[in-house]
Amino acid sequence: MSNMITVHDLRKSFGSLEVLKGIDAEVKESEVVCVIGPSGSGKSTFLRCLNLLEEITSGSVEIDGEQLTDPSTDINKLRTKVGMVFQHFNLFPHMTVLDNITLGPIKVKELTKEEAEKEALPLLDKVGLSDKADVYPESLSGGQKQRVAIARALAMNPAVMLFDEPTSALDPELVGDVLEVMKSLAKEGMTMVVVTHEMGFAKEVGDRVIFMDEGVIMEEGNPIQLFDNPQNPRTQSFLSKIL
Amino acid sequence: MLDAILQSHYIQSLPSLMVGLGMTLFITIIGLILGFVLGAFAGLGRLSKNKWINGICSVYVEVVRGTPILAQVLFIYMVVSEQYLGFNIDKVIAAILAITINAGAYIAEIVRGAVHSIDKGQHEAGRTIGLTQNQTMRYIIWPQAIKRMIPPLGNQFIISLKDTSLFSVIAVGELLYMGRQYYNVTFAYFETLLMVCLLYLAITIPTSLILRRIERKLDV
Repeated sequence: MSNMITVHDLRKSFGSLEVLKGIDAEVKESEVVCVIGPSGSGKSTFLRCLNLLEEITSGSVEIDGEQLTDPSTDINKLRTKVGMVFQHFNLFPHMTVLDNITLGPIKVKELTKEEAEKEALPLLDKVGLSDKADVYPESLSGGQKQRVAIARALAMNPAVMLFDEPTSALDPELVGDVLEVMKSLAKEGMTMVVVTHEMGFAKEVGDRVIFMDEGVIMEEGNPIQLFDNPQNPRTQSFLSKIL
Repeated sequence: MLDAILQSHYIQSLPSLMVGLGMTLFITIIGLILGFVLGAFAGLGRLSKNKWINGICSVYVEVVRGTPILAQVLFIYMVVSEQYLGFNIDKVIAAILAITINAGAYIAEIVRGAVHSIDKGQHEAGRTIGLTQNQTMRYIIWPQAIKRMIPPLGNQFIISLKDTSLFSVIAVGELLYMGRQYYNVTFAYFETLLMVCLLYLAITIPTSLILRRIERKLDV
């Protein structure tokens, strides 16, 4: 299967602080890759470089055959291929749930309102919130907000979905619903990169786990091997603290 | 009794004071509408990454905020004149310009603050669904920021309304000037100035009350 994402020697500095110190990684089509690591390890920054929310200092990122840093790449167009789900949902509070989902399709893909809504309703159904189309985000629970955010990203028909700690801001009892939605996406063959602290999810759904620390990939492998038999002492110490 | 009241300076001064109040409101409202346009550009300019745009807008805001409005209006009225530019400016136009330029600087800060206060994640969410920078501003940031501007803009209205009283120095027929004209003839200082103040309050107090209600409703 071909590579959906190819990252080569990716470096990112904030001022004099180098946060990513040369990342090489590949994600294949339909693969689910979970990125774990202590806070400050650069895992979120890595994810945010994949759709240029962070400017790349050096190195290259290729998504679905297009170079992110190539000046001829239309970054707005490329971003529609890369859906992103944030830790804090970032729903648009001044719009209804349905308008949140249809804004991108209407303004970017230039669908009519009717076409966009016709596509949005099955997505809401998929995340189990078809009865919430006309409410505003403030009346939703955290878990519901995150599921709307997933539907909003899916509305652009992305080729890849990036998840930046999607369950970290949720009350524990709400985490399950969001993970269920993500699991069903994985089953449908969506290519996913998930920065997460949910080791259970990484183990069950992930095809591969990447352990990052201090701006580099310390270890990667299939989840069972990495969780049960970590090779790198850093990985061992991290896992012993959280499992 | 009724006759005594009707003959008093409180009532006798009213017709000309009302004309003055009309002028005060006219200058304030037109000045603030133009000031909002100027302030919106300057405020967004101060958020711009372009050094030149940012620099020009910052200089404008700092110069206006750092000098008294009385000096500003005199500058406009005296410098745009026969002596320097070969033509005179109408004093009402000078007054409106002074409010526009002065309020514009404060409104620029209001706009900048409101846009800045919108969570960075809103902008990122807009960009990740493929919206351009301009679309993100228009559909996501601006509608949320406008709401947060309403209370401070109302406050600016009250400030600018009171600032128009300074334009009596260039003989603009606003409320305080009309009061001064009246007491110069009648020597009824107390009655006239009391009425002048009551008329200012008749605008500012209801404005404050409406603002407080809007604030509660918007929950900002």
